[in-house]
Amino acid sequence: MIYNEEFETLPREALEALQLKRLQQVVMRAYHTVGFYKRSFDRAGIKPDDIKSLNDLPKLPFTTKQDLRDNYPFGMFAVPMSSIVRLHASSGTTGRPTVVGYTQRDIDTWSELMARCFVAAGVTKTDIIHNAYAYGLFTGGLGMHYGAERLGASVIPISGGNTKRQILILQDFGPTVICCTPSYALNLAEQGRAMGVDMASLRLRVGIFGAEPWSEEMRRQIENELNISALNIYGLSEIMGPGVAMECAEGREGMHIFEDHFIVETIDPETGAVLSPGEKGELVFTTLTKEAFPLIRYRTRDISRLIVTPCRCGRTHVRMDRVMGRSDDMIIIRGVNIFPSQIEAILLDIEELEPHYQIIVDREENLDTLEIQVEVSEKTFDQADEVKVLQSLERRIQRDIKDYLGVTARVKLVEPRTLQRTEGKARRVIDKRRIMS
Amino acid sequence: MKVEQLSVFIENRPGGLEEVTRILKEGGINIRTLSLADTSDFGILRLIVNDVNKASQLLKENGFRVSRTQVVAVEVPDRPGGLHSILEVLSREKINVEYLYAFVERSGENAVIIFRFDNLEAAIDVLQKNHFTILKGEKLYSL
Repeated sequence: MIYNEEFETLPREALEALQLKRLQQVVMRAYHTVGFYKRSFDRAGIKPDDIKSLNDLPKLPFTTKQDLRDNYPFGMFAVPMSSIVRLHASSGTTGRPTVVGYTQRDIDTWSELMARCFVAAGVTKTDIIHNAYAYGLFTGGLGMHYGAERLGASVIPISGGNTKRQILILQDFGPTVICCTPSYALNLAEQGRAMGVDMASLRLRVGIFGAEPWSEEMRRQIENELNISALNIYGLSEIMGPGVAMECAEGREGMHIFEDHFIVETIDPETGAVLSPGEKGELVFTTLTKEAFPLIRYRTRDISRLIVTPCRCGRTHVRMDRVMGRSDDMIIIRGVNIFPSQIEAILLDIEELEPHYQIIVDREENLDTLEIQVEVSEKTFDQADEVKVLQSLERRIQRDIKDYLGVTARVKLVEPRTLQRTEGKARRVIDKRRIMS
Repeated sequence: MKVEQLSVFIENRPGGLEEVTRILKEGGINIRTLSLADTSDFGILRLIVNDVNKASQLLKENGFRVSRTQVVAVEVPDRPGGLHSILEVLSREKINVEYLYAFVERSGENAVIIFRFDNLEAAIDVLQKNHFTILKGEKLYSL
Protein backbone atom coordinates (compact mmCIF):
# COMPACT_ATOMS: atom_id res chain seq x y z
CA MET A 1 0.00 0.00 0.00
CA ILE A 2 1.13 3.54 -0.75
CA TYR A 3 0.02 6.65 1.16
CA ASN A 4 0.94 9.30 -1.40
CA GLU A 5 0.70 7.45 -4.69
CA GLU A 6 1.50 10.53 -6.76
CA PHE A 7 4.79 11.46 -5.12
CA GLU A 8 6.00 8.05 -4.00
CA THR A 9 5.77 6.58 -7.50
CA LEU A 10 6.82 9.64 -9.47
CA PRO A 11 8.81 8.58 -12.55
CA ARG A 12 12.54 9.17 -11.95
CA GLU A 13 12.75 11.94 -14.53
CA ALA A 14 9.91 13.91 -12.97
CA LEU A 15 11.26 13.17 -9.48
CA GLU A 16 14.68 14.51 -10.39
CA ALA A 17 13.18 17.62 -11.98
CA LEU A 18 11.24 18.21 -8.75
CA GLN A 19 14.40 17.63 -6.70
CA LEU A 20 16.36 20.17 -8.75
CA LYS A 21 13.66 22.82 -8.43
CA ARG A 22 13.44 22.28 -4.68
CA LEU A 23 17.23 22.12 -4.29
CA GLN A 24 17.67 25.45 -6.02
CA GLN A 25 15.05 26.97 -3.74
CA VAL A 26 16.48 25.59 -0.52
CA VAL A 27 20.05 26.55 -1.41
CA MET A 28 18.95 30.08 -2.22
CA ARG A 29 16.98 30.35 0.99
CA ALA A 30 19.72 28.86 3.17
CA TYR A 31 22.31 31.19 1.67
CA HIS A 32 20.26 34.29 2.32
CA THR A 33 18.80 33.48 5.73
CA VAL A 34 21.43 31.43 7.61
CA GLY A 35 24.74 33.16 8.28
CA PHE A 36 26.54 29.84 8.47
CA TYR A 37 25.60 28.85 4.91
CA LYS A 38 26.57 32.24 3.48
CA ARG A 39 30.01 31.98 5.08
CA SER A 40 30.40 28.35 4.13
CA PHE A 41 29.38 28.86 0.47
CA ASP A 42 31.48 32.02 0.15
CA ARG A 43 34.52 30.20 1.51
CA ALA A 44 33.96 27.46 -1.07
CA GLY A 45 33.51 30.11 -3.77
CA ILE A 46 30.06 28.97 -4.79
CA LYS A 47 26.85 30.90 -5.31
CA PRO A 48 23.30 29.51 -5.21
CA ASP A 49 23.00 30.30 -8.94
CA ASP A 50 25.79 27.83 -9.68
CA ILE A 51 23.41 24.94 -8.99
CA LYS A 52 22.09 24.31 -12.48
CA SER A 53 21.63 20.56 -12.29
CA LEU A 54 21.61 17.85 -9.65
CA ASN A 55 25.18 17.05 -10.73
CA ASP A 56 26.22 20.40 -9.27
CA LEU A 57 25.28 19.27 -5.75
CA PRO A 58 28.81 18.03 -4.88
CA LYS A 59 30.10 21.57 -5.42
CA LEU A 60 28.36 22.59 -2.19
CA PRO A 61 30.32 22.24 1.04
CA PHE A 62 29.36 19.64 3.63
CA THR A 63 27.62 20.50 6.88
CA THR A 64 28.80 18.57 9.95
CA LYS A 65 27.60 17.91 13.48
CA GLN A 66 30.36 20.25 14.66
CA ASP A 67 28.83 23.06 12.56
CA LEU A 68 25.55 22.48 14.37
CA ARG A 69 27.31 22.58 17.73
CA ASP A 70 29.14 25.77 16.78
CA ASN A 71 25.81 27.41 16.03
CA TYR A 72 24.13 26.26 19.24
CA PRO A 73 21.31 26.73 20.01
CA PHE A 74 19.41 28.48 17.20
CA GLY A 75 22.13 29.69 14.82
CA MET A 76 21.13 27.30 12.03
CA PHE A 77 17.47 28.34 12.00
CA ALA A 78 16.28 29.88 8.74
CA VAL A 79 13.12 31.43 10.18
CA PRO A 80 12.44 33.69 13.18
CA MET A 81 11.38 32.02 16.42
CA SER A 82 7.85 33.35 15.89
CA SER A 83 7.52 30.89 12.99
CA ILE A 84 8.85 27.93 15.00
CA VAL A 85 6.19 25.72 16.55
CA ARG A 86 8.36 22.91 17.96
CA LEU A 87 11.89 22.29 19.22
CA HIS A 88 13.61 18.93 19.56
CA ALA A 89 17.15 18.14 20.66
CA SER A 90 19.62 15.30 20.79
CA SER A 91 21.47 14.45 23.97
CA GLY A 92 24.46 16.66 24.60
CA THR A 93 27.41 16.63 26.91
CA THR A 94 27.52 19.30 29.62
CA GLY A 95 24.60 21.24 28.19
CA ARG A 96 25.26 21.29 24.46
CA PRO A 97 22.75 19.19 22.58
CA THR A 98 21.95 19.64 18.90
CA VAL A 99 18.76 21.66 18.67
CA VAL A 100 16.36 21.43 15.75
CA GLY A 101 13.28 23.56 15.05
CA TYR A 102 10.13 23.01 13.01
CA THR A 103 7.60 25.36 11.43
CA GLN A 104 3.98 24.27 11.21
CA ARG A 105 4.61 23.22 7.62
CA ASP A 106 7.65 21.19 8.70
CA ILE A 107 5.48 19.35 11.24
CA ASP A 108 2.89 18.74 8.50
CA THR A 109 5.56 17.34 6.16
CA TRP A 110 7.01 15.17 8.90
CA SER A 111 3.53 13.87 9.79
CA GLU A 112 2.90 12.99 6.17
CA LEU A 113 6.23 11.19 5.78
CA MET A 114 5.57 9.22 8.96
CA ALA A 115 2.08 8.38 7.65
CA ARG A 116 3.77 7.12 4.47
CA CYS A 117 5.98 4.91 6.67
CA PHE A 118 3.00 3.38 8.46
CA VAL A 119 1.24 2.67 5.19
CA ALA A 120 4.40 1.18 3.70
CA ALA A 121 4.37 -1.22 6.66
CA GLY A 122 0.77 -2.18 5.89
CA VAL A 123 -0.80 -0.12 8.67
CA THR A 124 -4.24 1.43 8.11
CA LYS A 125 -6.49 3.84 10.00
CA THR A 126 -8.24 0.91 11.67
CA ASP A 127 -5.04 -0.08 13.49
CA ILE A 128 -4.18 0.64 17.11
CA ILE A 129 -0.56 1.76 17.46
CA HIS A 130 1.43 1.08 20.64
CA ASN A 131 4.07 3.81 20.47
CA ALA A 132 6.86 2.91 22.89
CA TYR A 133 9.37 5.44 21.56
CA ALA A 134 10.25 8.03 24.19
CA TYR A 135 8.20 11.23 24.09
CA GLY A 136 10.11 14.42 24.76
CA LEU A 137 13.08 16.17 23.24
CA PHE A 138 13.92 12.95 21.40
CA THR A 139 12.14 12.97 18.02
CA GLY A 140 11.05 9.31 18.14
CA GLY A 141 7.91 9.52 20.26
CA LEU A 142 6.24 12.63 18.85
CA GLY A 143 7.37 11.92 15.27
CA MET A 144 5.64 8.55 15.27
CA HIS A 145 2.66 9.98 17.12
CA TYR A 146 1.88 12.72 14.60
CA GLY A 147 2.26 10.30 11.69
CA ALA A 148 -0.15 7.85 13.29
CA GLU A 149 -2.70 10.61 13.87
CA ARG A 150 -2.27 11.87 10.32
CA LEU A 151 -3.10 8.40 9.10
CA GLY A 152 -6.10 8.33 11.39
CA ALA A 153 -5.02 5.31 13.39
CA SER A 154 -5.50 5.12 17.18
CA VAL A 155 -2.32 5.87 19.12
CA ILE A 156 -1.39 4.65 22.58
CA PRO A 157 1.30 7.16 23.65
CA ILE A 158 2.86 4.75 26.12
CA SER A 159 6.42 6.14 25.65
CA GLY A 160 9.43 4.21 26.97
CA GLY A 161 9.93 2.31 30.21
CA ASN A 162 7.66 0.63 32.73
CA THR A 163 7.74 -2.66 30.88
CA LYS A 164 5.22 -4.48 33.06
CA ARG A 165 2.58 -1.86 32.41
CA GLN A 166 3.40 -2.02 28.69
CA ILE A 167 2.70 -5.74 28.70
CA LEU A 168 -0.59 -5.23 30.50
CA ILE A 169 -1.64 -2.67 27.88
CA LEU A 170 -0.50 -4.93 25.04
CA GLN A 171 -2.85 -7.57 26.45
CA ASP A 172 -5.80 -5.38 27.38
CA PHE A 173 -5.87 -2.64 24.70
CA GLY A 174 -5.03 -5.06 21.91
CA PRO A 175 -2.80 -2.84 19.79
CA THR A 176 -2.06 -4.24 16.33
CA VAL A 177 1.11 -2.22 15.68
CA ILE A 178 4.11 -1.62 17.89
CA CYS A 179 6.83 1.02 17.47
CA CYS A 180 10.03 0.94 19.54
CA THR A 181 13.72 0.09 19.31
CA PRO A 182 14.30 -3.49 18.15
CA SER A 183 16.12 -4.37 21.35
CA TYR A 184 13.18 -3.13 23.41
CA ALA A 185 10.84 -5.32 21.35
CA LEU A 186 12.89 -8.35 22.33
CA ASN A 187 13.01 -7.19 25.91
CA LEU A 188 9.21 -6.86 25.96
CA ALA A 189 8.90 -10.37 24.53
CA GLU A 190 11.16 -11.74 27.19
CA GLN A 191 9.55 -9.93 30.12
CA GLY A 192 6.14 -10.94 28.84
CA ARG A 193 7.18 -14.58 28.78
CA ALA A 194 8.52 -14.23 32.30
CA MET A 195 5.12 -12.91 33.36
CA GLY A 196 3.48 -15.96 31.81
CA VAL A 197 2.00 -14.07 28.84
CA ASP A 198 1.83 -15.82 25.47
CA MET A 199 3.38 -12.97 23.49
CA ALA A 200 2.80 -14.65 20.14
CA SER A 201 -0.96 -14.64 20.64
CA LEU A 202 -1.33 -10.89 21.22
CA ARG A 203 -3.18 -8.95 18.51
CA LEU A 204 0.07 -7.36 17.30
CA ARG A 205 0.71 -7.94 13.61
CA VAL A 206 3.25 -5.24 12.58
CA GLY A 207 6.31 -3.76 14.27
CA ILE A 208 8.22 -0.66 13.14
CA PHE A 209 11.68 -0.63 14.63
CA GLY A 210 14.57 1.80 14.43
CA ALA A 211 16.81 4.29 16.26
CA GLU A 212 19.54 1.68 16.67
CA PRO A 213 21.35 -0.81 14.45
CA TRP A 214 19.90 -4.31 14.19
CA SER A 215 20.29 -7.37 12.02
CA GLU A 216 18.30 -9.82 9.92
CA GLU A 217 18.81 -12.34 12.68
CA MET A 218 17.18 -10.00 15.19
CA ARG A 219 14.35 -9.47 12.74
CA ARG A 220 13.69 -13.22 12.58
CA GLN A 221 13.80 -13.47 16.34
CA ILE A 222 11.37 -10.58 16.88
CA GLU A 223 9.02 -11.92 14.20
CA ASN A 224 9.02 -15.37 15.79
CA GLU A 225 8.59 -14.26 19.35
CA LEU A 226 5.89 -11.66 18.75
CA ASN A 227 4.35 -13.28 15.68
CA ILE A 228 4.51 -10.05 13.69
CA SER A 229 6.03 -8.58 10.55
CA ALA A 230 9.04 -6.48 11.68
CA LEU A 231 10.15 -3.56 9.51
CA ASN A 232 13.04 -1.15 9.63
CA ILE A 233 12.74 2.64 9.79
CA TYR A 234 15.45 5.28 9.52
CA GLY A 235 15.74 8.85 10.58
CA LEU A 236 17.78 11.29 12.58
CA SER A 237 16.75 14.42 14.38
CA GLU A 238 19.01 16.71 12.39
CA ILE A 239 17.34 15.70 9.13
CA MET A 240 13.83 15.50 10.60
CA GLY A 241 13.41 12.57 12.96
CA PRO A 242 12.01 9.12 12.21
CA GLY A 243 10.51 8.83 8.74
CA VAL A 244 13.42 9.82 6.52
CA ALA A 245 13.37 6.30 5.06
CA MET A 246 11.16 3.26 5.52
CA GLU A 247 11.20 -0.36 4.50
CA CYS A 248 8.12 -1.52 2.59
CA ALA A 249 6.25 -4.67 3.54
CA GLU A 250 6.39 -5.87 -0.07
CA GLY A 251 10.16 -5.58 -0.57
CA ARG A 252 11.55 -6.01 2.95
CA GLU A 253 14.94 -5.16 1.57
CA GLY A 254 16.25 -1.68 2.21
CA MET A 255 14.41 1.47 3.23
CA HIS A 256 12.90 3.86 0.68
CA ILE A 257 14.26 7.35 1.17
CA PHE A 258 11.53 9.92 0.55
CA GLU A 259 13.34 11.56 -2.30
CA ASP A 260 10.75 14.24 -2.95
CA HIS A 261 11.89 15.71 0.39
CA PHE A 262 15.52 14.61 0.69
CA ILE A 263 18.49 14.09 -1.60
CA VAL A 264 20.84 11.35 -0.49
CA GLU A 265 24.47 10.82 -1.47
CA THR A 266 27.04 8.30 -0.31
CA ILE A 267 30.59 9.54 0.16
CA ASP A 268 33.98 8.19 1.08
CA PRO A 269 34.24 9.30 4.73
CA GLU A 270 37.99 9.85 4.38
CA THR A 271 38.13 11.91 1.19
CA GLY A 272 34.59 13.21 0.93
CA ALA A 273 34.40 12.00 -2.67
CA VAL A 274 30.94 11.04 -3.89
CA LEU A 275 30.60 7.30 -4.51
CA SER A 276 28.54 5.68 -7.20
CA PRO A 277 25.20 4.25 -6.09
CA GLY A 278 25.60 0.80 -4.54
CA GLU A 279 29.02 1.50 -3.05
CA LYS A 280 29.25 1.37 0.73
CA GLY A 281 29.93 4.78 2.26
CA GLU A 282 28.73 7.53 4.55
CA LEU A 283 25.23 8.83 3.96
CA VAL A 284 24.91 12.54 3.25
CA PHE A 285 21.48 14.19 3.21
CA THR A 286 20.17 17.46 1.85
CA THR A 287 16.70 18.50 2.96
CA LEU A 288 14.58 19.86 0.12
CA THR A 289 11.50 21.20 1.84
CA LYS A 290 12.36 21.96 5.45
CA GLU A 291 11.69 25.59 6.34
CA ALA A 292 13.04 26.03 9.84
CA PHE A 293 16.15 23.91 9.72
CA PRO A 294 17.37 23.33 6.15
CA LEU A 295 20.45 21.16 5.95
CA ILE A 296 22.73 21.16 2.95
CA ARG A 297 24.86 18.05 2.45
CA TYR A 298 24.72 16.97 6.09
CA ARG A 299 27.20 14.24 6.96
CA THR A 300 25.28 11.68 9.01
CA ARG A 301 28.32 9.50 9.84
CA ASP A 302 26.06 6.51 9.19
CA ILE A 303 27.62 3.93 6.88
CA SER A 304 25.32 2.20 4.42
CA ARG A 305 24.80 1.74 0.70
CA LEU A 306 22.10 2.73 -1.75
CA ILE A 307 19.95 0.25 -3.67
CA VAL A 308 18.87 1.73 -7.00
CA THR A 309 17.17 -1.29 -8.54
CA PRO A 310 13.37 -0.90 -8.81
CA CYS A 311 11.35 -2.26 -5.90
CA ARG A 312 8.39 -4.57 -6.35
CA CYS A 313 6.23 -2.23 -4.25
CA GLY A 314 6.11 0.29 -7.09
CA ARG A 315 7.83 3.14 -5.27
CA THR A 316 10.41 4.85 -7.43
CA HIS A 317 12.39 6.18 -4.47
CA VAL A 318 15.90 4.84 -3.93
CA ARG A 319 16.45 2.51 -1.00
CA MET A 320 19.20 2.47 1.62
CA ASP A 321 20.51 -0.70 3.18
CA ARG A 322 20.61 -1.25 6.94
CA VAL A 323 23.05 1.09 8.68
CA MET A 324 26.23 -0.99 8.86
CA GLY A 325 28.29 1.19 11.14
CA ARG A 326 29.52 4.68 11.88
CA SER A 327 32.37 6.72 10.49
CA ASP A 328 32.91 8.27 13.91
CA ASP A 329 33.03 6.88 17.43
CA MET A 330 29.38 7.45 18.29
CA ILE A 331 27.72 4.58 20.11
CA ILE A 332 24.01 3.97 20.37
CA ILE A 333 22.74 2.66 23.71
CA ARG A 334 19.06 1.78 23.87
CA GLY A 335 18.38 4.33 21.13
CA VAL A 336 20.40 7.11 22.81
CA ASN A 337 23.39 8.49 20.92
CA ILE A 338 26.55 8.85 22.97
CA PHE A 339 30.05 9.97 22.13
CA PRO A 340 33.00 8.80 24.26
CA SER A 341 34.04 12.46 24.53
CA GLN A 342 30.80 13.16 26.43
CA ILE A 343 31.66 10.50 29.00
CA GLU A 344 35.19 11.85 29.23
CA ALA A 345 33.89 15.37 29.86
CA ILE A 346 31.74 14.07 32.71
CA LEU A 347 34.66 12.19 34.28
CA LEU A 348 36.98 15.17 34.00
CA ASP A 349 34.39 17.32 35.74
CA ILE A 350 34.93 15.19 38.82
CA GLU A 351 38.01 16.56 40.48
CA GLU A 352 39.49 13.36 41.83
CA LEU A 353 39.50 11.52 38.52
CA GLU A 354 41.98 11.14 35.71
CA PRO A 355 40.79 10.47 32.19
CA HIS A 356 41.70 6.80 32.26
CA TYR A 357 38.54 4.99 31.39
CA GLN A 358 37.05 2.44 29.10
CA ILE A 359 33.52 2.09 27.81
CA ILE A 360 32.16 -1.41 27.45
CA VAL A 361 28.97 -1.89 25.50
CA ASP A 362 27.23 -5.23 25.55
CA ARG A 363 23.78 -6.68 25.15
CA GLU A 364 22.32 -8.73 27.98
CA GLU A 365 18.88 -10.25 27.70
CA ASN A 366 18.38 -8.13 24.59
CA LEU A 367 19.02 -4.85 26.35
CA ASP A 368 22.08 -2.75 25.69
CA THR A 369 24.31 -2.37 28.69
CA LEU A 370 26.84 0.37 29.22
CA GLU A 371 29.71 -0.14 31.62
CA ILE A 372 32.22 2.56 32.40
CA GLN A 373 35.45 1.32 33.89
CA VAL A 374 37.38 4.08 35.58
CA GLU A 375 40.86 3.71 36.98
CA VAL A 376 41.22 4.60 40.62
CA SER A 377 43.54 7.57 40.65
CA GLU A 378 46.30 8.06 43.17
CA LYS A 379 44.54 11.15 44.40
CA THR A 380 41.28 9.33 45.06
CA PHE A 381 42.89 6.46 46.85
CA ASP A 382 45.24 8.65 48.86
CA GLN A 383 42.34 10.61 50.25
CA ALA A 384 40.38 7.62 51.34
CA ASP A 385 40.99 3.93 51.66
CA GLU A 386 37.39 3.37 52.63
CA VAL A 387 34.85 1.38 50.68
CA LYS A 388 32.09 3.90 51.26
CA VAL A 389 34.10 6.76 49.75
CA LEU A 390 34.91 4.78 46.61
CA GLN A 391 31.33 3.58 46.30
CA SER A 392 29.99 7.09 46.60
CA LEU A 393 32.38 8.10 43.81
CA GLU A 394 30.95 5.31 41.63
CA ARG A 395 27.43 6.50 42.39
CA ARG A 396 28.33 10.08 41.58
CA ILE A 397 29.72 9.13 38.17
CA GLN A 398 26.63 7.06 37.49
CA ARG A 399 24.33 9.91 38.49
CA ASP A 400 26.18 12.45 36.33
CA ILE A 401 26.00 10.16 33.30
CA LYS A 402 22.29 9.66 33.86
CA ASP A 403 21.71 13.40 34.31
CA TYR A 404 23.69 14.55 31.29
CA LEU A 405 23.23 11.70 28.83
CA GLY A 406 20.00 10.09 29.97
CA VAL A 407 21.30 6.54 30.14
CA THR A 408 21.97 4.31 33.08
CA ALA A 409 25.53 3.08 33.19
CA ARG A 410 27.21 0.55 35.42
CA VAL A 411 30.28 2.24 36.84
CA LYS A 412 33.18 0.14 37.98
CA LEU A 413 36.40 1.35 39.54
CA VAL A 414 39.37 -0.65 38.32
CA GLU A 415 43.05 -0.98 39.11
CA PRO A 416 45.39 1.24 37.15
CA ARG A 417 47.09 -0.43 34.18
CA THR A 418 44.14 -2.76 33.63
CA LEU A 419 42.89 -0.62 30.78
CA GLN A 420 44.53 -1.36 27.47
CA ARG A 421 46.79 1.32 26.14
CA THR A 422 47.93 0.84 22.59
CA GLU A 423 50.80 3.03 21.45
CA GLY A 424 50.05 5.38 24.29
CA LYS A 425 46.50 5.87 23.10
CA ALA A 426 43.79 4.08 24.98
CA ARG A 427 41.16 2.03 23.23
CA ARG A 428 38.13 3.77 24.65
CA VAL A 429 35.22 1.71 23.46
CA ILE A 430 34.77 -2.02 23.43
CA ASP A 431 31.53 -2.98 21.76
CA LYS A 432 30.75 -6.61 22.46
CA ARG A 433 27.36 -6.54 20.78
CA ARG A 434 27.10 -8.72 17.73
CA ILE A 435 24.52 -6.81 15.80
CA MET A 436 25.45 -7.12 12.18
CA SER A 437 25.00 -10.60 10.85
CA MET B 1 51.39 5.92 69.06
CA LYS B 2 50.32 5.50 65.46
CA VAL B 3 50.88 2.57 63.19
CA GLU B 4 51.21 2.77 59.44
CA GLN B 5 48.91 0.56 57.47
CA LEU B 6 49.07 -0.13 53.74
CA SER B 7 45.86 -0.17 51.75
CA VAL B 8 45.79 -1.77 48.32
CA PHE B 9 42.99 -1.42 45.78
CA ILE B 10 42.14 -4.79 44.25
CA GLU B 11 39.53 -5.60 41.64
CA ASN B 12 37.34 -8.59 42.28
CA ARG B 13 38.92 -11.06 39.89
CA PRO B 14 40.58 -14.41 40.28
CA GLY B 15 44.25 -13.98 41.10
CA GLY B 16 43.99 -10.38 42.24
CA LEU B 17 44.94 -11.10 45.81
CA GLU B 18 47.51 -13.70 44.82
CA GLU B 19 49.39 -11.08 42.82
CA VAL B 20 49.79 -8.90 45.90
CA THR B 21 50.96 -11.73 48.14
CA ARG B 22 53.40 -12.93 45.48
CA ILE B 23 54.96 -9.49 45.15
CA LEU B 24 55.31 -9.28 48.93
CA LYS B 25 56.75 -12.79 49.16
CA GLU B 26 59.32 -12.10 46.47
CA GLY B 27 60.27 -8.88 48.26
CA GLY B 28 60.74 -10.73 51.55
CA ILE B 29 57.93 -8.81 53.21
CA ASN B 30 56.31 -10.37 56.23
CA ILE B 31 52.63 -9.70 56.79
CA ARG B 32 51.76 -9.11 60.46
CA THR B 33 48.02 -8.98 59.96
CA LEU B 34 45.54 -8.07 57.30
CA SER B 35 41.91 -7.52 56.50
CA LEU B 36 39.97 -7.35 53.27
CA ALA B 37 36.95 -5.11 52.78
CA ASP B 38 35.02 -6.08 49.71
CA THR B 39 32.16 -4.97 47.45
CA SER B 40 30.79 -6.71 44.40
CA ASP B 41 33.36 -4.98 42.17
CA PHE B 42 36.44 -4.28 44.21
CA GLY B 43 38.14 -4.82 47.52
CA ILE B 44 40.52 -2.90 49.72
CA LEU B 45 43.25 -5.02 51.24
CA ARG B 46 44.65 -3.53 54.43
CA LEU B 47 47.98 -4.76 55.66
CA ILE B 48 50.34 -4.29 58.54
CA VAL B 49 53.79 -5.41 57.35
CA ASN B 50 57.30 -5.49 58.72
CA ASP B 51 58.60 -2.94 56.15
CA VAL B 52 56.00 -0.38 55.08
CA ASN B 53 58.27 1.63 52.78
CA LYS B 54 59.56 -1.33 50.86
CA ALA B 55 56.15 -3.01 50.55
CA SER B 56 54.55 0.21 49.35
CA GLN B 57 57.27 0.77 46.76
CA LEU B 58 57.11 -2.80 45.46
CA LEU B 59 53.35 -2.70 45.02
CA LYS B 60 53.44 0.71 43.33
CA GLU B 61 56.14 -0.49 40.94
CA ASN B 62 53.83 -3.32 39.98
CA GLY B 63 51.05 -0.93 39.15
CA PHE B 64 48.88 -1.16 42.24
CA ARG B 65 47.15 1.78 43.83
CA VAL B 66 48.52 1.92 47.34
CA SER B 67 47.86 4.34 50.14
CA ARG B 68 49.25 4.63 53.63
CA THR B 69 46.92 5.20 56.51
CA GLN B 70 47.51 5.87 60.17
CA VAL B 71 45.83 3.39 62.47
CA VAL B 72 46.03 2.62 66.18
CA ALA B 73 46.96 -0.79 67.61
CA VAL B 74 45.57 -1.55 71.05
CA GLU B 75 46.64 -4.55 73.10
CA VAL B 76 44.06 -6.23 75.30
CA PRO B 77 44.07 -9.51 77.25
CA ASP B 78 42.72 -12.32 75.11
CA ARG B 79 39.66 -13.15 77.18
CA PRO B 80 35.88 -12.51 77.06
CA GLY B 81 35.17 -8.79 77.20
CA GLY B 82 38.60 -7.75 75.95
CA LEU B 83 37.35 -5.91 72.86
CA HIS B 84 34.24 -4.75 74.65
CA SER B 85 36.26 -2.93 77.29
CA ILE B 86 37.70 -0.67 74.57
CA LEU B 87 34.46 -0.14 72.67
CA GLU B 88 32.64 0.74 75.88
CA VAL B 89 35.01 3.62 76.48
CA LEU B 90 34.97 4.76 72.87
CA SER B 91 31.20 4.70 72.81
CA ARG B 92 30.94 6.73 75.99
CA GLU B 93 33.36 9.32 74.60
CA LYS B 94 31.55 9.34 71.23
CA ILE B 95 34.60 8.29 69.26
CA ASN B 96 33.66 6.92 65.84
CA VAL B 97 35.36 3.76 64.58
CA GLU B 98 35.73 3.58 60.79
CA TYR B 99 36.81 -0.04 60.80
CA LEU B 100 38.82 -2.52 62.85
CA TYR B 101 40.43 -5.93 62.65
CA ALA B 102 42.35 -8.04 65.13
CA PHE B 103 44.84 -10.81 65.68
CA VAL B 104 46.17 -12.78 68.62
CA GLU B 105 49.80 -12.41 69.61
CA ARG B 106 52.15 -15.35 69.38
CA SER B 107 52.23 -15.84 73.15
CA GLY B 108 48.46 -16.34 73.06
CA GLU B 109 47.91 -14.07 76.03
CA ASN B 110 47.04 -10.86 74.27
CA ALA B 111 45.02 -9.77 71.29
CA VAL B 112 45.89 -6.75 69.19
CA ILE B 113 43.06 -4.70 67.74
CA ILE B 114 43.81 -2.40 64.82
CA PHE B 115 41.51 0.62 64.76
CA ARG B 116 40.91 3.23 62.11
CA PHE B 117 39.32 6.39 63.58
CA ASP B 118 38.14 9.50 61.79
CA ASN B 119 39.58 11.55 64.63
CA LEU B 120 42.85 9.86 65.45
CA GLU B 121 44.20 12.30 68.04
CA ALA B 122 41.02 12.36 70.10
CA ALA B 123 40.88 8.56 70.06
CA ILE B 124 44.46 8.18 71.25
CA ASP B 125 43.80 10.69 73.97
CA VAL B 126 40.77 8.79 75.24
CA LEU B 127 42.55 5.41 75.09
CA GLN B 128 45.54 6.72 77.01
CA LYS B 129 43.42 8.34 79.68
CA ASN B 130 41.72 5.02 80.20
CA HIS B 131 45.06 3.22 80.49
CA PHE B 132 44.86 1.03 77.44
CA THR B 133 48.10 -0.30 75.99
CA ILE B 134 48.75 1.32 72.63
CA LEU B 135 51.44 -0.44 70.65
CA LYS B 136 54.11 1.56 68.89
CA GLY B 137 54.65 0.94 65.21
CA GLU B 138 58.14 -0.50 65.63
CA LYS B 139 56.88 -2.97 68.19
CA LEU B 140 54.06 -4.13 65.97
CA TYR B 141 56.12 -4.43 62.77
CA SER B 142 58.57 -6.71 64.56
CA LEU B 143 56.13 -8.80 66.60
